[in-house]
Amino acid sequence: MNSVILHTATRLLMSLILMFSVYIMFRGHNEPGGGFIGGLIAASAIVLYSAAFGATWARQALRVPSMSIAGCGLFFAAISGVFSAFAGSPFLTGLWWIPHLNIEVHLALSTPLLFDIGVYLVVIGAIVTIALEMEEAED
Amino acid sequence: MMLPAVISGFALGAVAPWVVRAVGARAHWLLAVLPAVLFVYFAGFLPGVAEGQVYRFATEWVPGLGVTLSFYVDGLALLFALLISGIGTFIVIYTGGYLHGHEQIGRFYVYLLSFMASMLGVVLADNAITLFVFWELTSLTSFLLIGFNHEESRSRRAAVQALIVTGGGGLALLAGLLLMGAVGGTLEISELMTQPEVLHGSPLYTAMVILVLAGAFSKSAQFPLHFWLPNAMEAPTPVSAYLHSSTMVKAGVYLVARMSPGLGGSELWFYALVIFGAVTMLTGALLALRQTDLKLVLAYTTVAGLGTLVMLIGLSAPLGYKAAAVFLITHALYKGCLFMSAGAVDHETGTRNPLELGGLRGAMPITFAAAALAGLSMSGIVPFIGFIGKEVMYEATLHLGPVGGVVLTIATIAGNALTIVAAGVVVLRPFFGERRKTPKHPHEAPVELYLGPCVLAGLGLLAGIAYPLTQDSLTAPMMGSMAGTMPDHRAAELYLWHGLKLPLFLSLLTLGLGIAGYVYWDRIRESLAATLRAIGWGPDLGYDQVIAGVEWLSFRQVRVQQTGYLRHYLIVTFTVFAAFVVWTLMTVGGGPSAFEMPAVRLTEWVALGLMVMGAGAATLVYSRIAAIAAIGVVGYAVALIFVMFSAPDLAFTQFMVETLTVVILVLVLMRVPLEVRAFRGLGARIRDAVISIAVGVVFTLVLMGVVQGDLDLRLSEYFAETSVPVAHGHNIVNVILVDFRALDTLGEIFVVTVAGLSTFALVRLALFKRKGGAGEGGGA
Repeated sequence: MNSVILHTATRLLMSLILMFSVYIMFRGHNEPGGGFIGGLIAASAIVLYSAAFGATWARQALRVPSMSIAGCGLFFAAISGVFSAFAGSPFLTGLWWIPHLNIEVHLALSTPLLFDIGVYLVVIGAIVTIALEMEEAED
Repeated sequence: MMLPAVISGFALGAVAPWVVRAVGARAHWLLAVLPAVLFVYFAGFLPGVAEGQVYRFATEWVPGLGVTLSFYVDGLALLFALLISGIGTFIVIYTGGYLHGHEQIGRFYVYLLSFMASMLGVVLADNAITLFVFWELTSLTSFLLIGFNHEESRSRRAAVQALIVTGGGGLALLAGLLLMGAVGGTLEISELMTQPEVLHGSPLYTAMVILVLAGAFSKSAQFPLHFWLPNAMEAPTPVSAYLHSSTMVKAGVYLVARMSPGLGGSELWFYALVIFGAVTMLTGALLALRQTDLKLVLAYTTVAGLGTLVMLIGLSAPLGYKAAAVFLITHALYKGCLFMSAGAVDHETGTRNPLELGGLRGAMPITFAAAALAGLSMSGIVPFIGFIGKEVMYEATLHLGPVGGVVLTIATIAGNALTIVAAGVVVLRPFFGERRKTPKHPHEAPVELYLGPCVLAGLGLLAGIAYPLTQDSLTAPMMGSMAGTMPDHRAAELYLWHGLKLPLFLSLLTLGLGIAGYVYWDRIRESLAATLRAIGWGPDLGYDQVIAGVEWLSFRQVRVQQTGYLRHYLIVTFTVFAAFVVWTLMTVGGGPSAFEMPAVRLTEWVALGLMVMGAGAATLVYSRIAAIAAIGVVGYAVALIFVMFSAPDLAFTQFMVETLTVVILVLVLMRVPLEVRAFRGLGARIRDAVISIAVGVVFTLVLMGVVQGDLDLRLSEYFAETSVPVAHGHNIVNVILVDFRALDTLGEIFVVTVAGLSTFALVRLALFKRKGGAGEGGGA
């Protein structure tokens, strides 16, 4: 769509929405949010971008094929379940590592977090693929 | 130690391409170390097994389903394991020479070593499921090996055919094994085999036997399923020599032998094995004589050999088992050798047609010597193991009684005589006579190509001369496995000279018939070819007809089921759904008994009002865009309700999903041509209204019924209690998604990925077709 307002607004919004989506994903374990919602938000940002500038530019902005993002996500999610095998527990058992850093903030690293990042990427990849393919189907 | 030994082939196979890249053209010598080490490892069991000991190794695999990764070493398993690892060593070396310089040789080793590991798994497995898994793995790796030259359509067809036949048989086998497990109460084959009376007494006995034999016969190419084996000769020769002569096709024979103590002993078992075996033996041996390709002659004699083995196992203890054990060794040694030397001849001359070959003994003396020794063993000449094999075979068939014994003995003589003719075709034709012009000028093959044949042929001679050793360490323990108890020395006795008795005269008669047959081979071949042309139909053609029939049927079925109109799918789905729910509510109950108006707040009324308005608008408007927007309103109203009932996660997701749905739907609908036909007439509108109202009413009834019942809160409470201490998360919804029920989520994101991929493929395919497709070389 050839609208200056849309173009300008999209450029600003895009980065905000993407950052917001990452925030939503990370806070999901304790507050409303999570990988699924975060992924949907991020996907909507890219769909917005493609509405403003066209699917070709949206692909350019992504840098990698959208299905590869989904593939990566699936890989992360699946691999996060394998770690528990080294601890002798069943597939996908959550493992937590909370390092004691001498700062105010608690840092909690865990396999469910990796899993959630996987979900996030799968949702982005799949939704963006569907939307961009549909948008391009005319040519 | 046993588990690493079995799966080491997979591990080495996985890195084989890098080994080839790093080591270069001599990688095969390095790769062959593994099978050689395995051979030595298995050979270490020989002394114990010769004394009747058995070894069992078990690791938990899926304890919940009674599946253990258990392995069992007895005479039968050990003999097979030795053949697989021993011949495998030479096959790996042979491949290095045969596919020298082939750019995909690394890939070939992946398949070959994985196959070897799968095959070891089959013969050593004790748990029925473990056996089945390895069994299927042999089918899969064999598919990859047959289709190695995948650019040729004949290879592809042969590979698919072998997979369908052996894979189909594998399914039957699985059913049979599960039946046995259910009746016997255990999945460990060694335990099942100790309770034949339980298996025989079960009303499912007949089904078990038929299913297990269907699996075994399809794998071991028994008539009328033999056709895939000759077609599999499309594979490179190392594959034919390994899989389709000495190992994989014997998996069926192995299975029959393994099941003998438990399932054997009934009339059904006896007649099935003897009749199918004998018919296969004769068919294979006859068809071998009409071929003009060394590999095909050998392939059909392999079919004959497999038939012979099945028949001999059917003749049962002790003579049949003895003959089967001896013939198994004989066959593996000479057939592996002859396949490899036929490959060497092909490699050096450029042809495998015996009519175009001759006089090669001068040019290829070592290959000739190996082939000659194997040919002598194949023909059953003193003092080769083949001679002993034939003697005990006649002893077994003669023992059967007046009528059956005579019939079966005559059949066996015919089969053996035809095999001798085939041996002549494979050994005498190419190496004797006058030298003919061949596509390539022949030289002696490289050492890789004659090492295996020489060793195997030499072993064939050695096994015959040192027959007491063969008996004590190999055949007697194998007989013990098949019979369930170790045979005494007399029953297992092998001999080279047994005096002037009937089997000796029959051997001489067989030899005479074979020589006569070889002299008249040209005439026999032509009349056989004429006869087959006159019949004009064979199982191979039958396979094509069956496949064509299945395709026709599925095409018809799809045409009925898949009209391509979304509205048809929706009509069927919703009608069936409504009908089933109504039926359940009426027969089982669960519908609402009383209606109580809940207290609805104003904000909720607003959300409800939006919903009803959106739905109403969607049904009334003509513009598709407007309809989508109206549906979107319904979705947002639902999200509002989630917010009001404090489910922020759900509301959040609902908002996002709704937005993206509207965007994507608009994108889709903007592409769809708005034909006049696409609008529904009055009748269709009424029909759709009836269906949608019915579904709405049914849903309302179900919901009202659900609300009336007590809510089971046990799960919710469990999650609420354990979310923080166990999963370190305060957001229960997310904790459930990524931790408690992570496996479900994994499945869901799989579905999401597949949906993305399918859309991608569908859209791209449509684009490709519209652009004419042919431009990119192929066409859809």
